[in-house]
Amino acid sequence: MRDAAAIAAARLAASLSRLTRMGGGTTLPGRIATVISPGLVAGLSSRLARGVVLISGTNGKTTTARSLAGILEAAGLAVVHNRAGANLLSGIATALARGATLRGRMRGEVGLFEVDEATLPAAVEATRPCVVVLLNLFRDQLDRYGEIDLIAERWRRALAALPSESTLVYNADDPMVADLCRDHAGPVRAFGLEEAPHGEGRALEHAADARYCYRCGRPYEYTLVTLGHMGHYRCPGCGAARATPQVCAREVRLRGADGSSATLVADGSAIPVSTVLPGLYNVYDVTAAAAAALALGIAPATVASGIAATAPAFGRGERVDLGGCEALMLLAKNPAGFNEVLRTVLLAEASPVVLIAINDLIADGRDISWLWDVDFEMLRDSARAVVVTGLRAEDMALRLKYAGLSAERVSVEHEGDTALDRARRLLREGERLYILPTYTAMLHLRATLTRRGAVRGFWKE
Amino acid sequence: MELRICHLYPDLLNLYGDRGNVTTLARRAQWRGIAVRVIEARLDDPVDPDASDLFFIGGGEDRQQRLAAPDLCGVKGPALREAAQAGAAVLAVCGGYQLLGHYYRPAGGPDLIGLGLLDLHTVHPGPGSRRIIGNIVVKETGAGRILVGFENHGGRTYLGPKARPIGTAIVGSGNNGADRKEGAVWKSVYGTYLHGPLLPKNPWLADELTAAALRRRYGDIVLEPLPDLEEHRAATAAAIRAGARGLAWPGARAQAPERPA
Ligand SMILES: [Zn+2]
Repeated sequence: MRDAAAIAAARLAASLSRLTRMGGGTTLPGRIATVISPGLVAGLSSRLARGVVLISGTNGKTTTARSLAGILEAAGLAVVHNRAGANLLSGIATALARGATLRGRMRGEVGLFEVDEATLPAAVEATRPCVVVLLNLFRDQLDRYGEIDLIAERWRRALAALPSESTLVYNADDPMVADLCRDHAGPVRAFGLEEAPHGEGRALEHAADARYCYRCGRPYEYTLVTLGHMGHYRCPGCGAARATPQVCAREVRLRGADGSSATLVADGSAIPVSTVLPGLYNVYDVTAAAAAALALGIAPATVASGIAATAPAFGRGERVDLGGCEALMLLAKNPAGFNEVLRTVLLAEASPVVLIAINDLIADGRDISWLWDVDFEMLRDSARAVVVTGLRAEDMALRLKYAGLSAERVSVEHEGDTALDRARRLLREGERLYILPTYTAMLHLRATLTRRGAVRGFWKE
Repeated sequence: MELRICHLYPDLLNLYGDRGNVTTLARRAQWRGIAVRVIEARLDDPVDPDASDLFFIGGGEDRQQRLAAPDLCGVKGPALREAAQAGAAVLAVCGGYQLLGHYYRPAGGPDLIGLGLLDLHTVHPGPGSRRIIGNIVVKETGAGRILVGFENHGGRTYLGPKARPIGTAIVGSGNNGADRKEGAVWKSVYGTYLHGPLLPKNPWLADELTAAALRRRYGDIVLEPLPDLEEHRAATAAAIRAGARGLAWPGARAQAPERPA
């Protein structure tokens, strides 16, 4: 009875926010519903026949969830998914209420929720997931979370509360994540990259976080560096090392802005996968999605077709028509992610025009110090022009000055509209614009582009 | 002329873009035609007190501080004390700042013994206490120059009589949130909670450290002024975002937006 009232209230709130265009209506309905019925998330979760999958990590939650949704849908499963990326408990509640009939019957078979790193313990408790996917832990928004070790501590708590029959899917290449997952008593399915283009002998970048062994404090030694502090590591002190994962990506090929491909080796079979998602990050994301799908018993052929059919989530490799030319929007919200985005841009184009949009609102992280951990020096000898915008445009311009870019290659435009126009004018025939925004800057630029008819509003996703 | 920088624990205490400070010192010297040498001193690496004139130490989380503290006092301590006594410049931010004091008492676990180079101590008021997080604007004691930055610390730092604060927080909390004082100075040793890339937006402090470092080897020198237009614009924008009004930097009109662009 209480659940029915909660679901009805959530529906009403969702329709109202759609009507008034107050935004996506992705968190308020759930907040209202859980006030009316505090046990709603637990109750509705338990009625999903194939259980709940939770996905967490600093980078790649949205893309991994989207890829897994693509695979599950290819397998003919109806998925209840917080697709718009509202990843606190309120967002999960909203998705569940939307997927339920007024009598509390679920219209989907499997729940698929991306979860904010700090929310993981509460989400595990409320949904009793059958699969948890842990992607990576990077420095991100330290102003909100405090310290990265505090997040690790929360994850340790979440894993201790995980039912022992649940499958833990985790990134074997991230020493911090792997250390947390070592003690899980139930089934595990680690995933990782067996190779990475230019990864062998590469030095750890400045953005690397977990350089020192979590067991004994000695610096790890790497035979392969993939992204940030991830790769093939070994501690010379205590011997803690990357274990060979159950789901391995081999033959990794990056095609610049056009996507990537790999062969996933799991359970003795090889699954060739190809995706339009660009960059090494997304190779990790689709490998994680495949590992989760295999844990749910999905057939390898379906995994491949589901991944091939997955389009980028908004702002994450999304293509935008700028009127006669294309823009590629690549969300860049922390140093490790930004470095990989820069590498993707430079792989796609030798002397690109880049639009960088930096905001410092709560969802971006109010502290923009991290800009100095990004290797913008990569742009010094390549970028033809950089237009910077956002609330901290001046900080970005200053960072580029110290990265060695001359003042005439850098311009500051505060308005999103004028920044887009200026960048558009700098493009030569057939060139693509690369837009690298932080989270709220991405939403803002997307709203501008929606007004111009270039993209769809995200509430229609 | 050569600016000799020693970056302490570059891969351990490097939270929040701290290395931006070393980049800034190096670039500004190069723009003036001064050669730069950066030595990195990691765990177990000894330090030569005469080889470097400017020492930088960044911030870290409790785990990293715990790894660094015994090394700082044991392996590197005597050399750093000798260099600082002889006039070498030192900049320590956030976690590194705490380690330059007498001790840091964390929320849990034993005290971390610090180098004692600055007359101060730091106490974490307990796991339930409020972390000091946000934009900060500091007015220097005396000359009144402005520092803009971001602070993020759990520990509260209290100065003894031999250290003087850098200035007073106009916006934000500073050392302990109670007396509004921020940072500590003794000779040419500077400690501050303005973490990460403090020097890019505050070039006067970068130049003051550089001048002190060069003085040790070359006597008094006058640094050629740099245009600093982008620096002043970024400082202005940061001060406005922090909510501080009416501060003016040369060449930078208040052009920053106060709402999302
Ligand atoms: Zn070890």
